[in-house]
Amino acid sequence: MVLKLYGLPMSTCTTRVMICLHEKDLEFELVPVDLFAQENKKPPFLAKNPFGKVPVLEDGDLTLFESRAITAYLAEKYKDSGSSNLIRHENLNESAAVKVWSEVESHEYDPVISQIVYQHLVAPMVGKSTDQTVIDANLEKLGKVLDVYDSRLSNTKYLAGDFFSLADLHHLPYTFYFMKTPWASLVYDRPHVKAWWDDISSRPAFQRVAVGMVFGGGGGGGGGGDGDGGGGGDGDDDQKK
Amino acid sequence: MATPVKVYGPPMSTAVSRVLACLLEKDVQFQLIPINMAKGEHKKPEFLKIQPFGQVPAFQDESISLFESRSICRYICEKHADKGNKGLYGGTNPLAKASIDQWIEAEGQSFNPPSSVLVFQLAFAPRMKLNQDPKAIKLNEDKLAKVLEVYERRLGESRFLAGDEFSLADLSHLPNAQYLVTVADRAEIFASKKNVGRWWDEISTRDSWKKVLEMQNTASN
Repeated sequence: MVLKLYGLPMSTCTTRVMICLHEKDLEFELVPVDLFAQENKKPPFLAKNPFGKVPVLEDGDLTLFESRAITAYLAEKYKDSGSSNLIRHENLNESAAVKVWSEVESHEYDPVISQIVYQHLVAPMVGKSTDQTVIDANLEKLGKVLDVYDSRLSNTKYLAGDFFSLADLHHLPYTFYFMKTPWASLVYDRPHVKAWWDDISSRPAFQRVAVGMVFGGGGGGGGGGDGDGGGGGDGDDDQKK
Repeated sequence: MATPVKVYGPPMSTAVSRVLACLLEKDVQFQLIPINMAKGEHKKPEFLKIQPFGQVPAFQDESISLFESRSICRYICEKHADKGNKGLYGGTNPLAKASIDQWIEAEGQSFNPPSSVLVFQLAFAPRMKLNQDPKAIKLNEDKLAKVLEVYERRLGESRFLAGDEFSLADLSHLPNAQYLVTVADRAEIFASKKNVGRWWDEISTRDSWKKVLEMQNTASN
């Protein structure tokens, strides 16, 4: 039974899952969802994801939404497939570290970087004006997050340890787009972050997916097509998470 | 006998209380170590060693140090699968676990952002004598209302979010929702919807959550 993935090849959240599928050497069918025509906001798509976002995975009778729940499911079900052990299930401490840095991507990195990508790359495509104050505020936050990453990556080769994992993989889509903005120096100026980025972005599974990560005419896709351009979460409440 | 795990942070922190609720559901012994955030203890070097983003909670179990409340909860459930509420993270059923992960993600990506802003604006800002931002409040009230429309439909199909058993996915919602209902006085956000109201009443009266609320009350006295 073939895995079906509903989404688009330039959508950050869809590609997050596609990279995982390729890392696990899994065959799948990519079923395009016409975000431009708002197919995601109508039945029957809403029956698959009531939040009206891509991607959705169908595996036999199972339908799953939320890209990071999908990658966790695939990494666990197919833990012995492909070349990478993405979740380190045989070692409790390692698997715990993967969980920690996956949550860091979700709650510290994604809300900030997605705003920058949305404002700079997506807003103009969908006929909205770029809000530079949003970009500036998030660049400052991103710098602080990347300082923590640079320090972490001076101790370990990858985020969860000396092994590539889902935690690193989840960063690929938005970072790829971010590196096309005028502010890629935030990565380049931090030597350990740069080395990490060069390494993970050169993996064959990602290279296969990156080929499709282009914006054509007609908008929709990109960073924002998965719903909102990132999670918001703009209070500086230290207790927030 | 295992050494109790350590949780660092004040119990009134939403993220700390998420971990406490999970530990109580799983019957795992813990020691709560207060962190004085008003004095900036969470930004000091000793604390940054175990939580480099300077946030609470941090967690230690024997030799391992963790942070991010939702990863701590998953770790607790996996390490102590046979203790306390065995089905909290799906037990031995990978499909149940996938559904729970899906709704934990929905909480983290869709419920948490707007509800966090509202908790800060309506519950914490007044206490900290900070000005509220009416635009942010309105924007996030609207966002949260849309999310809860989805929840209303979902909870008409199943008793809890991930299925017919209480799970980590429901638990993850308790901290922010509790502040909205009590301190922010916005109970109608949940009560105005039939299924969401039913769900809230059920999850918020669990023994484990009642204990967390007691801990919060004790700490603030």
